Amino acid sequence: MTDRSDSLLKVDGLSLSYQTRQGELQAVRDVSFELARGSALGLVGESGCGKTTVANCLMRLLPDNARISAGRVLLDGQDVLLLTEEEMRLRRWRRISMVFQAAMNVLDPVYRVGQQIIEAIETHGVESTDIGARERVARLFRMVGLDPQLMERYPHEFSGGMRQRAVIAMALSCDPDLMIADEPTTALDVIVQDRILRELKAIQQPLGMSIIYISHDIAVVAEVTDVVGVMYAGRLVEMGDTADVFRAPAHPYTAALVSSFPSVSGERRPLTSLPGEPPNLSDLPPGCPFHPRCAYATDVCRTEYPPRAASGSRWAACWHPLDATLVPQS
Amino acid sequence: MASASNTPETPNAQAAGSSAPDGEPLLAVHGLTKLFPVGGGPFRKPSSFIHAVDDVTFRLGHGESLGLVGESGCGKTTVGKLLVKLLEPTGGEILFRFAGDSAGAATEAPWDSAAISGRLLRSCGRRVQMIFQDPYASMNPRRTIYDIISEPLSVQGMGDVQYRVDRVLEILTLVGLTPAGGFLFRHPHELSGGQRQRVAIARALVIRPSFVVADEPTSMLDVSSRTGVMSLMQDLATELGVAYLYVTHDLAVARYMCHRIAVMYSGKVVELAETEELLRNPLHPYTKALLSAVPVPDPGHRRQLPDIRGDLGTPIDPPSRCRFHERCPAATEHCLDHPHPPMEEKTPGHLVACYEV
Ligand SMILES: Nc1ncnc2c1ncn2[C@@H]1O[C@H](COP(=O)(O)OP(=O)(O)OP(=O)(O)O)[C@@H](O)[C@H]1O
Ligand SMILES: Nc1ncnc2c1ncn2[C@@H]1O[C@H](COP(=O)(O)OP(=O)(O)O)[C@@H](O)[C@H]1O
Ligand code: SF4
Ligand code: SF4
Ligand SMILES: [Mg+2]
Ligand SMILES: [Mg+2]
Repeated sequence: MTDRSDSLLKVDGLSLSYQTRQGELQAVRDVSFELARGSALGLVGESGCGKTTVANCLMRLLPDNARISAGRVLLDGQDVLLLTEEEMRLRRWRRISMVFQAAMNVLDPVYRVGQQIIEAIETHGVESTDIGARERVARLFRMVGLDPQLMERYPHEFSGGMRQRAVIAMALSCDPDLMIADEPTTALDVIVQDRILRELKAIQQPLGMSIIYISHDIAVVAEVTDVVGVMYAGRLVEMGDTADVFRAPAHPYTAALVSSFPSVSGERRPLTSLPGEPPNLSDLPPGCPFHPRCAYATDVCRTEYPPRAASGSRWAACWHPLDATLVPQS
Repeated sequence: MASASNTPETPNAQAAGSSAPDGEPLLAVHGLTKLFPVGGGPFRKPSSFIHAVDDVTFRLGHGESLGLVGESGCGKTTVGKLLVKLLEPTGGEILFRFAGDSAGAATEAPWDSAAISGRLLRSCGRRVQMIFQDPYASMNPRRTIYDIISEPLSVQGMGDVQYRVDRVLEILTLVGLTPAGGFLFRHPHELSGGQRQRVAIARALVIRPSFVVADEPTSMLDVSSRTGVMSLMQDLATELGVAYLYVTHDLAVARYMCHRIAVMYSGKVVELAETEELLRNPLHPYTKALLSAVPVPDPGHRRQLPDIRGDLGTPIDPPSRCRFHERCPAATEHCLDHPHPPMEEKTPGHLVACYEV
């Protein structure tokens, strides 16, 4: 999957913390992954595990109280974290774009929806004429299933689903190399969601665009991504081909996520709920942070963070991986 | 009108695996209709109407859970609000018959909730509760958890302060917010989404209702808290004998929560069957499209393309023909010239409103 020669993005040892009144909160810990051009990566995990923080970091759109303590984010070999704000501004939307979790708030209520996207296109010089930009927006609208006539309307005249589609059109407007989609369809109906997922897949390949798809809906991630990373308490704990990871999870946390997910097809097997509460990031338990909720935990899990066990490009950070073909790395 | 009312289905479902409801219906809804006026003013009659709920008929057994599924805007929440009397129906009947009713004669005949007033309304309100779609918007941020949960008790004038405190502590423990004492004087913003949804459930159950409308109670929650809240609601249904109208757009969630599922489209119930029957053998073209749009967590699974065009518009003065006509892949001339099809029982307990089934 990850052909090195064609790597678009390489995140290396990324760590980040937020300064809060309660002290320092380490939201991202030593996250590394690589993304090939034209492929789709999923990030899954419970709310609060750091998915949005990783995405905001790639976009360099972090709040003032965030501090990156280590790591590199290489986009085509260039470290995004070292760019000046001006250099970054030129790349945002053009090279990396993002569909935000709270997409409703992205559109400015006082401007027509079409105009807002035309401005993004003209700012980045993707089209040189107003007519060109206008035609481009009309094409994008059709792509996401919106009538181009809606370009003339204001955001408040759109339903939630229509606004979400407009924001996706905006994220695609400058032909980005990488689009990050943070829970883009969580608030939508299945029929609209289905249409958007199909459209994303259909345009991704011809454009050679890469996608990072963030969601806690593992069914959606299973359908749209090639590779998936599972996050727990700020760390990646398992990574590999999406099909392999969901069919035979190696990390007990991934297994728990999969078996707590209801499905409409197949046998109606009982759902198991994850015991306990999500971890408190400013007060993590020692050793493997999942151990208080893990059915497989042993003494070593309570004292030492597990090393990676790997097989090919598939790995899991666990002392007792559920898949025996994964061998511990020293 | 009320075409389906001559084929009342028996609320007798084993599908969801939990305890099956028995015999007597708790609730019978006949030809329920709600029109919202549009374009009217203080001196002008409204020129048209949104047909938000249009001639809906179903029954619900004691302790049964009925799922109401469909796209955003199809009328699910409106049905729920009509059942708990937050909205006045434009037409139709809502009849409740509560078990072991102390009002004596009232146990004999079903109650017409449209006719209930005064003392009777209060005692009806004691048995019918609603959990709202958005746990963030439905709670006053300045009130404490105790205030929020005890409110239905004070509205109903139940017990003194000591009784209410005890009841609230008991219900907090029941919904898994322990130690209960530690939650009493917290505020909603100090709780996680999952905890807040548990508070909403506690509030609805504190007066031991017979029937609860649960409007998307888990759609704002993520995986870890969702499964917990789902099984909590099932346990409470078994323990307290509560019947649910479970509103959701997620068929996978409905599969786990409901004995039967009613599929709603543009103000109409278009299909109703036991849960597994509906999922394995959907008959209405809309149900088929809805089902094939649900992503499946199994990466090897290939879904069919949902066969549906366009979007669900707002049903303002809709033409009398089948509501699904514009988007229907199976529509024929016959559908065009005839009124909206009636609900008909195709196999025992499986009702569908479509000419082409
Ligand atoms: N108070 C109201 N005034 C006017 N129209 C309304 C009102 N409440 C609901 N409607 C309309 O009635 C229809 C049904 O709305 P309802 O809230 O019942 O939908 P729903 O199925 O619960 O949708 P969702 O899944 O988005 O919650 C919609 O077209 C809606 O715009
Ligand atoms: N601006 C912020 N200030 C302080 N803490 C934050 C901020 N944004 C996020 N956090 C915290 O960082 C952690 C990770 O958050 P986030 O990346 O949003 O998770 P996810 O997207 O996986 O739900 C959470 O504990 C969250 O409360
Ligand atoms: S390292 Fe131990 S506690 Fe952590 S997931 Fe693996 S078995 Fe469970
Ligand atoms: S009655 Fe006709 S238009 Fe309506 S759902 Fe059936 S086939 Fe489609
Ligand atoms: Mg997030
Ligand atoms: Mg609703």
